[in-house]
Amino acid sequence: MSSAVVEVRHLTKRFGEFTAVDGISFDIRRGEILGLLGPNGAGKTTTLQMMLGLVTPTSGSIHMFGLDLQRHRGAILQQVNFSSTYMSMPYALTVEENLSIIGRLYGLSDIPRRIDDMVKKLEMAEWRHTLTRKLSSGQMTRLTLAKALLTEPKILFLDEPTASLDPDIANKIRTILLEERRASGLSILYTSHNMREMETMSDRIIFLQRGKIVAEGTAQDIVARFGQEDLEDVFLKLAREQ
Amino acid sequence: MTYHRIAALVVRHLYLYRRSLPRMMEIIYWPFLDLVVWGFITVYLATFQGQMPAVVTFLLGALILWDVLFRSQQGIAISFLEEIWARNLMNLFASPLTPNEFLAATMVMSLFKVTAVSIVMSLCAWVFYGYNVFMIGLWLMPFIVNLVLTGWIIGVLTTSLIMRFGQEAEVLAWSMVFLFQPISCVFYPLEVLPTWLKGVAWINPAAHVFEGMRGLLATHAAPLASLGWAAGLNLFYLGLVIAWFHHTFNVCKDRGSLVRVGE
Repeated sequence: MSSAVVEVRHLTKRFGEFTAVDGISFDIRRGEILGLLGPNGAGKTTTLQMMLGLVTPTSGSIHMFGLDLQRHRGAILQQVNFSSTYMSMPYALTVEENLSIIGRLYGLSDIPRRIDDMVKKLEMAEWRHTLTRKLSSGQMTRLTLAKALLTEPKILFLDEPTASLDPDIANKIRTILLEERRASGLSILYTSHNMREMETMSDRIIFLQRGKIVAEGTAQDIVARFGQEDLEDVFLKLAREQ
Repeated sequence: MTYHRIAALVVRHLYLYRRSLPRMMEIIYWPFLDLVVWGFITVYLATFQGQMPAVVTFLLGALILWDVLFRSQQGIAISFLEEIWARNLMNLFASPLTPNEFLAATMVMSLFKVTAVSIVMSLCAWVFYGYNVFMIGLWLMPFIVNLVLTGWIIGVLTTSLIMRFGQEAEVLAWSMVFLFQPISCVFYPLEVLPTWLKGVAWINPAAHVFEGMRGLLATHAAPLASLGWAAGLNLFYLGLVIAWFHHTFNVCKDRGSLVRVGE
């Protein structure tokens, strides 16, 4: 672990009277996997969308690689990517065409080789020429993950990346992510409702409730602080309070 | 602006057209039907050639040029709708793609559509009615360029409205352009409009193009004044709607509605 590649300071987002994110600050270091936990409506998605430049913060700042996201959006997003179980890719294109478009969009070199590597890594060979509309939800999740990894990002935002996968593929995905982190120093912001997964994947966890950070530390620190048996019990306690 | 990002979006849309019959129909079938209907009308009206000289030239020429404007507008608005339908806006705007690059890509798609539709219509007019649109001569090019620009203006305006108001505004992609048709004086001269509407038509660049075309065909006089007005108004409005698109884009980002457009 070394210096912070993401620095979020006093980040706030209000939609009218409603405060979705309330003055949160955190860092992500190079090669770190930071878990973002919280019940529905805690502000996780809004935080992710602000970090992707899709939602403008009301106040506060987001710096990545030492650059301000507001001012250096293009340079930052070139090195960032994301994947979510809830996102989609154009249905009328094949898997390979979709990946090829992403490669062009990010100005990658040697796109066919990169696609071949990704198809092999995520075991997509059987359906690489299939129209995206014909994919199962698990295959779609793998495609969005392939899309995110294809660009070889330095920071990756993952929103429940294994939610619709069977345990075998989910395990392979976690192994791939850990291997990417080890090989390239990839930093990951990770959300999941699978507490066991959060415990095994995350170096640190931030717990959001009503837009505020209510706990921060390793899974063990947080469990100990709330005097619970495990992370799931902490989650249930906080979710029921909300 | 970065070329490869614009090219990526254009290729993405060309992939769609390659294997979609309904999308190809939009380029071939509908323009062809338009031409058949108006072609028969002009054939009928041509029997009164004595009373209405050059009616065939006026009507078919006007129809082909109107389609240039219509398809140019659709090239922009439908390209944006395709991204909404594919729920692809998040993928695009969380990438380094800028709003200007996005607009540039839709404009390239618009040129692609205009070119394809113009070829289809010109060929059909020539084969079925012996009408040669190129009889307008070299002035055809500045007419077309101005109509493409007007189409872009209406297209960007439509796109901004859909982005701002979401799914409910999608119908504007097809209907918006027809709001401008009566004041574009496509099939009749500006002088037939009531006085109050003449003023409105006068600030519509398309009206100057169609007035110029009629003037050229009737008197063979160079339509410099009409083209000057059309170009000036087009550049002014284009700057205005692009600024408005950026404003709307920022409003949507502020409200968090950009990634929820169409839901």
